[in-house]
Amino acid sequence: MDALLAQLPTAAAIGAVLLLAALGLNFTFGQMGVINMAHGEFIMVGAYTAFALQSWAGLGGAAVPAALPVAFAVTALLGLALERGLIWHFYGRPLDTLLLTFGVSLVLQQLARDVFGAPNVDVAAPPWLSGGTEVLGVQLHHSRLFIIALAAAAVAAIAYYIGRSRSGRFMRAVLHDRNLAATSGIAVGRVDAATFAIGSGLAGVAGVALALIGPIGPSIGTSYIVDAFLVVVIGGLGRLQGAVIAAFALGALNAYAELWTDASLAKVVVFAVVIAFLQARPQGLFTVRTRALA
Amino acid sequence: MTTTHAPPPASPAAPAAGRRTVPSALLVAGAAALALAAAPLLLDEFRLGLLTRYLCYAIAAVGIAVAWGRGGMLTLGHGVFFGIGAYAMAAHMTLANTPDGGLPSFMVWNGLEALPALWVPFRSLAATLAAVVLLPGAVALLLGWAVFRRRVRGAYFAILNQALAAAFAILLVGQQHLTGGSSGLTDLPVLAGFDLTAPGAGLWLYALVAAVLLGVWAGYSRLMDSRYGALLVAVRDSEERVRFLGYDPTWVKTSAYVLSAVAAGAAGALFVPVTGIITPALVGVIPSIQLVLMAALGGRYSLIGAAVGAVALGAAETAFSETFAGGWLYLQGALFVAVIALAPRGLAGLAESAAAAVRRRASAAPPGAGPGAGHPVPGRKA
Repeated sequence: MDALLAQLPTAAAIGAVLLLAALGLNFTFGQMGVINMAHGEFIMVGAYTAFALQSWAGLGGAAVPAALPVAFAVTALLGLALERGLIWHFYGRPLDTLLLTFGVSLVLQQLARDVFGAPNVDVAAPPWLSGGTEVLGVQLHHSRLFIIALAAAAVAAIAYYIGRSRSGRFMRAVLHDRNLAATSGIAVGRVDAATFAIGSGLAGVAGVALALIGPIGPSIGTSYIVDAFLVVVIGGLGRLQGAVIAAFALGALNAYAELWTDASLAKVVVFAVVIAFLQARPQGLFTVRTRALA
Repeated sequence: MTTTHAPPPASPAAPAAGRRTVPSALLVAGAAALALAAAPLLLDEFRLGLLTRYLCYAIAAVGIAVAWGRGGMLTLGHGVFFGIGAYAMAAHMTLANTPDGGLPSFMVWNGLEALPALWVPFRSLAATLAAVVLLPGAVALLLGWAVFRRRVRGAYFAILNQALAAAFAILLVGQQHLTGGSSGLTDLPVLAGFDLTAPGAGLWLYALVAAVLLGVWAGYSRLMDSRYGALLVAVRDSEERVRFLGYDPTWVKTSAYVLSAVAAGAAGALFVPVTGIITPALVGVIPSIQLVLMAALGGRYSLIGAAVGAVALGAAETAFSETFAGGWLYLQGALFVAVIALAPRGLAGLAESAAAAVRRRASAAPPGAGPGAGHPVPGRKA
């Protein structure tokens, strides 16, 4: 029982990281049907942004909070360039976007290796984020609490954007019926670009969070992208609440499976559970009715 | 090609039409066999070894063309099946190189006292050869049945395959006492009593791999030309209609996926004696996607195209990394983008269009007798 309780913050932190990584995919894959394999590399770019601000710009402890908006902007622009440059040709061909963006991810990885070097680098957490508090005999790391808060803030912002804002309504309109939206005077191309940019920007924010919990390397994206996609598959296409539930469920499964077996078998357990889950709900937890996605 | 391109005005069209009746598949097969037979005469030992390695990938790529091109199942996890075949063979070869009653050295370092039960069957070559085919097939059968039964397809299927590849690689690294961890299994000089380091052994291995490739290609091609192949393409293009006709698409897709996995398993098993090493880095997410690029480059709808793509990509990687060590990933990334954007049907598609254009010009035949009648025209679906 104590072990279960002690593992709870870890489970929540893994869930929050998965959620941050998957939120962007919820836009690009869930809403647009684009499988962006370079999303993992956008996460990496976000992480390296924090590193660059810390060591190149000399911001020190202030680098992490400063990196949040900067990383969002950098990866959003990167995503915008990718969408306008390549991806818009491939709407309706999700599997081709997958292979295409995998090519892009290889290029970004090599670029990171050339710019920042192949060995891993570290981003030091600011003083107010290092250390922890003990509650009920469970150690709560401040950096983990920060990540959980960050994930909550991101979900709230997105829920507001999709549900309340004007451009969010346009986005939903395009998702539900692209042709009708276009006929109604919505610039669907612009909405696509904006949606993709926001999704990419969220990857940058996830990258900053990752920089807080461990070393950063050129291949950091590949280790998170697979789990992030699983979150979207489990959660169901395009639904925010699905992503939230799926991320924390997978995070908990990961953390507790590691407790009972070991880290490598835990991955297999997670995979088996996902397959078993799809037997019951092949379309994920929640699905959006749409005329657009096949 | 140049003669048909610009025929002399006096020459009648009859010879050109006659040539067209020779089955193009036979011509391609003959050319492929000739090229494979000529390679040992043209290449030195080192280059022949590299070619043998590419041919191993070519076997797996033929399987991917069946699953992806014909079946519409984008399998991003073929490294798993390749890896199962490879690790089974490597386990056998490790035991063959260990004195009787002893333990492989990495097991000793990991503190094992006795051979793990999982390794015991691999003492026998026959059991290993069976495992190389049956284990990947069984994994593919389980996964394929589980997901196709519930009509999980397209992007979901691709992502699940990728997750499988990731889990497999992590498992290989984590289970160090069974798999040698991230350094994998190495030091494998003996296969079935033959010393693989002896002079001339490379030639035998090459012949073996080339024969398996030709066999897999010929067998799978025949199958694709049968009713089964037609059914597979029909499922790819419209699964619902096939279901209404009374077939069960689950088994059509699962069986194609299993065939594809078996080819990858055989490829992996041949890869180990050829290269003398297998590590998790060779079978993880990125190598799995590279296998797909090979099929895409050569032509996902053409089995021989996929095999050619594997050799071409391997040769390109070698040539390029010899000159610009770090630049290969840039080029490979650009290649992915270029192939998908400009030539979704790959080299085989380009060759077919070129041949069709030449024939149209040469014979100006009535439109009904158009080229490529025996070939399935790939749909837009990917």
